[in-house]
Amino acid sequence: MNAFLNWIEQRIPMMRTANMHAIQYPAPRNMNFWYVFGFLATIVLVNQIVTGIWITMNFEPSAERAFASVEYIMREVDYGWLIRYMHSTGASAFFVVVYLHMFRGMIYGSYQKPRELLWIFGMLIYLALMAEAFMGYVLPWGQMSYWGAQVIVSLFSAIPVIGPDLVEWIQGDYVISGATLNRFFALHVIALPLVIVILVFLHIVALHEVGSNNPDGVPIKHKKGSLSESEKTKFKIHEYYTSKYDIIDDVVPFFPHIVLKDLVAFSVFLFVFCYILFFAPEMGGKFLEHPNFEIANPLKTPEHIFPVWYFTPFYAILKAVPDKLFGVLTMFAAIGVLFALPWFDRSNVRSWRYRSGLHKTNLIVFAIVFIFLGYLGGTPQENWKIIASRIGTVIYFAFFFLLFIYSKSEKTKPVPERIPR
Amino acid sequence: MSEVSVDANQSAQDNSAPENSNRRKFLTVATSVVGAVGVVGVAVPFIASWNPSAKAKAAGADVEVDISGVQVGQLIRVMWRSKPVWIVRRSQEVLEALGAHEGQLKDPNSETAQQPPYATNQYRSIKDELLVLVGICTHLGCSPQHLADGEFAQYAEGVQDGFFCPCHGSKFDMSGRVFQGVPAGLNLQVPPYYFIDDNTVLIGSDGEAA
Repeated sequence: MNAFLNWIEQRIPMMRTANMHAIQYPAPRNMNFWYVFGFLATIVLVNQIVTGIWITMNFEPSAERAFASVEYIMREVDYGWLIRYMHSTGASAFFVVVYLHMFRGMIYGSYQKPRELLWIFGMLIYLALMAEAFMGYVLPWGQMSYWGAQVIVSLFSAIPVIGPDLVEWIQGDYVISGATLNRFFALHVIALPLVIVILVFLHIVALHEVGSNNPDGVPIKHKKGSLSESEKTKFKIHEYYTSKYDIIDDVVPFFPHIVLKDLVAFSVFLFVFCYILFFAPEMGGKFLEHPNFEIANPLKTPEHIFPVWYFTPFYAILKAVPDKLFGVLTMFAAIGVLFALPWFDRSNVRSWRYRSGLHKTNLIVFAIVFIFLGYLGGTPQENWKIIASRIGTVIYFAFFFLLFIYSKSEKTKPVPERIPR
Repeated sequence: MSEVSVDANQSAQDNSAPENSNRRKFLTVATSVVGAVGVVGVAVPFIASWNPSAKAKAAGADVEVDISGVQVGQLIRVMWRSKPVWIVRRSQEVLEALGAHEGQLKDPNSETAQQPPYATNQYRSIKDELLVLVGICTHLGCSPQHLADGEFAQYAEGVQDGFFCPCHGSKFDMSGRVFQGVPAGLNLQVPPYYFIDDNTVLIGSDGEAA
């Protein structure tokens, strides 16, 4: 057996990779439940890919057949309903875990130096994920698929000069049509999944290069030669890390310690996921919107148009601005500022545990406003909601500008040398 | 044989500098440029294949509509380029009311080119009573609802008839002119059209002598 493993190892670095990235990867021992969402996102990605492949086996990407083929999957293919609901529930679950994952990064300052690129790769994944989810939602060719696509594609018509031609080019027709459906299908099942998988790979490579942050934001890697033997970890850590740094005695190997913790989270996640999957796959019209059970009709707009819940905060921002081009720019800026978060925060202290009350308040207000904007963007238009979403939009952007101002000379608590026992 | 390592090769090359480095530079630039041209050339079919196909263009051809049956106050919908086009025969009262609310409009004189020159008037039409509009909101492409006989007054005070977009609350009057304070910035689009005879309108082209 050993000889066989050696034979492989000399030809491809199987054990070396496993050791470097799992068995001997140093993970801070104080990682808490906030640290499970990256693992869960990976699991959901696998779920989306596997169920997606199976749905493709019966789905027909054409304006004439798409809606009927989804009904066929739901009613006549053995377990077709289960696989499709796993895919649709998985899409919402993906955004739940990704939003929590992002918020984790925000409260513990995981975007700060030297993790800026790691954060940017994460944001690129989020962006690709939004495109993937949007195009996936068009494929069943229901009323909301059609009119949602109409609204989103029309955003590009706001671009001066080239806008209208660009929209025609994206649609491949003068309106959203079968041509649009087919190209969205190609992008949804091939192009974007490839992009997402590659970005996830780069995200993990970048993570393992800079090392995992932790709830205290205390570094676990120290300058080579700065730690005594008794301060260094007793675990076997891969020499890729130990040759460059002294690793303090506050780490555990990623496998099995962190993986087992992640598996506990996975089982809790499965309880929630399966409950929704079996008892509330439509989530009262939030995961699968009711107008989408009617086939697309280009001559009749549904009474109320909303995107799926995970886009509604940005939709509220779009609607808050009375000018079309400026509204579109504001919406994209709302995503753009997140990319620049590492440069808005000028503090040297990472975790909110050691930062000012102002910062904690700012973060919590931001989270509440984001959810509130989601509510505003996902419920029928009313006059007070326009005012409320304008206020919400201002607070959303104020988070970043306030952060930029106070973080420079913020009154922080002393950060401990080592992860507290 | 295995004595020659990659590194040895490298240093051997470094020691013998090219006899004419300008020539090498020229070749590098020339091959890069040719390569770039090739990449652009290959990109053209991939980008152009996203344009509307010949089939889509054919489906977007002009449509002829018989309007003899359209009653006063009635709105009919026809498909042109898969978009809803409305044809409304407006009553005399509706036409007379158009002047009254111009203070509430963004572009009452149709200064933005959302209509062919022959429809740049208060009624935004060739024949006063007959309104032809693309029934797509200029905000984000939903199809507004036609609210007649006072139903529109709940959205715009004192205006009895108009179009209301359910998506984001944009409002238009019976000439398709947009109201102030709504997300849509432009008047509804008037497609190119002309009358073949009194009862037939052709949507999609300007008349030859228009």
